[in-house]
Amino acid sequence: MRSIVWPLLALLVILHHDFWFWNDPTLVAGWFPIGLLYHVGLSLVAAGFWLFVVKCAWPSELDESSSTDSAEKSAEAPQA
Amino acid sequence: MTSLTIIGIYLVILLALGVSSNRLFRGTSLDYMLASHSIGPFLLLMSLFGTTMTSFSLVGSTGKSFAVGIGVYGLMASSSALLHPLCFFMIGLKVWKLGKTHGYSTQIEYFKDRLDSQRIGWVLFPVVVGFVIPYVLIGILGAGGTINAVTQGVFPDAFASSGGGVPPWLGSLVICGVVLTYVFFGGMRGTAWANAFQTTVFMALGVITFFVLVKGIGGKESFFESLQAASSAVAPGKLSREAVPHRLYFAFLLVPFSIGMFPHIFQHWLTARDANAFKLPIVVHPLFVMIVWAPCVLIGTWASAESAGIPAGLPSPRILAHLVNEHSGEVLSGLLTAGILAAIMSSLDSQFLCLGTMFTRDILGRRRDGDEKKSIFYARLFVVAIVAVCYALALLASTAKNVSIFNLGIWCFSAFSALFPVIVAALYWRGLTKAGTYASIITTAAVWVALLRDADWGNNTHYSFLGQHQIVTLVAASTIALIGVSLITKRPSETTLAKFFPDHHSD
Repeated sequence: MRSIVWPLLALLVILHHDFWFWNDPTLVAGWFPIGLLYHVGLSLVAAGFWLFVVKCAWPSELDESSSTDSAEKSAEAPQA
Repeated sequence: MTSLTIIGIYLVILLALGVSSNRLFRGTSLDYMLASHSIGPFLLLMSLFGTTMTSFSLVGSTGKSFAVGIGVYGLMASSSALLHPLCFFMIGLKVWKLGKTHGYSTQIEYFKDRLDSQRIGWVLFPVVVGFVIPYVLIGILGAGGTINAVTQGVFPDAFASSGGGVPPWLGSLVICGVVLTYVFFGGMRGTAWANAFQTTVFMALGVITFFVLVKGIGGKESFFESLQAASSAVAPGKLSREAVPHRLYFAFLLVPFSIGMFPHIFQHWLTARDANAFKLPIVVHPLFVMIVWAPCVLIGTWASAESAGIPAGLPSPRILAHLVNEHSGEVLSGLLTAGILAAIMSSLDSQFLCLGTMFTRDILGRRRDGDEKKSIFYARLFVVAIVAVCYALALLASTAKNVSIFNLGIWCFSAFSALFPVIVAALYWRGLTKAGTYASIITTAAVWVALLRDADWGNNTHYSFLGQHQIVTLVAASTIALIGVSLITKRPSETTLAKFFPDHHSD
């Protein structure tokens, strides 16, 4: 899964440079400029992309260190 | 007067929240500066987002959209939605782990260790502080201007020279005083709590502002008809990116990387309880960026239509406050102003605390006698001094001709983007050397000053160097110096490299 993270990110960066809507003042539904709507959509896609990274490409060694930290904290906590 | 009362009540609530966090204070410098590494996912999300979003995001984006239209969102927001989480993921997580393992409180402590150089701080400290100051001034100036705009005519006799509104110097002073108080007493925990509260406030009120202004600007019976009326009155050029050159748009992709070297963001990363605390900010940050920026860009674009009635010559930082004043009642106007101030203060607090921490740790150094009370005393003393100096500088800056929040911000972000290769190389490249780092930092500072001078100290808003935006020149110069000098100079010792790259073998 990790191997597709960088190509996907590169694709999103390319999609960010949307020359196809550059000079297009079309109003979607009569009010939403299409160039802005596209970029709002891109922000939503970015959130989805980072959700994918967190779920599928999270560095496992960090989880290990987090669980070690939690274990240490439990050990340090006063016993009832 | 109602608006002013609401702003006053909001500031009192904020003070109470920040100061009450002092009850959880553990009495150590680690707790004052880093909340004892106890910040969980929600507070980390709100702290990082609140710190990243400032008057630049609300007041600056509205003003810039007024001038160039919807292109501002692509320039600054969607790129940040994509690349800020990248910085959290690639830089923040690593920094957090190193900070927790080796006990760092500031960037400079890390660089000293990583480069085997106790003197790196002598160069990095003045450069980083020098670049943060304009960012702080953005907040202070924005706060004073916002309060002045929303109180126009309230005090016709007392403040006649400032349009009958609270003078900017006084508004800025009050905001600095409030932030100073809760940072002084609450430290990082107070800052995180205040940030969470303020981020909630400015996002909620931002959405309400949008709905109110749609009706005000569009002027139709139904909300949807008002949306259509507001958009259809705008010149076609502002509804596309016609006014944004391709080259500039591409250059602005470098701007979001600036947060990778912001010292106050660095400090927030170090406060995380564990690595998992980063997951929520990484995923939700793009959504929050969208929620804040899209309405501001739309409002600014709509305001550019003649029918919106913006007076000719109104400075761009005043446009949002002017619209709020024109189209909402006094209660809402006060609430919305509180929201704008919340965005400003949620950045100022982190910046003040960070600068205080840097002076305490990087100038005075860690106390060998372990006297925690003295460490906290000095941290607080430095925070007070920093606020005083920044306020004085803001007064000076306010007398300059044509101060644009957006442009001031871009110069500041350009500088930090130019320093971004330094942190990337430190974390991921064994070949980085002390001399390469010095070269990169000094080159950044020298080129930044030279370009800023060439741009009439920022007043030339269309400045370019060899046809390129200054950020491209700065990043290129910094990177070339970093790599070029590192390749021909001596690396840190193998012991140091093994400490920071445990998975690699010496070559």
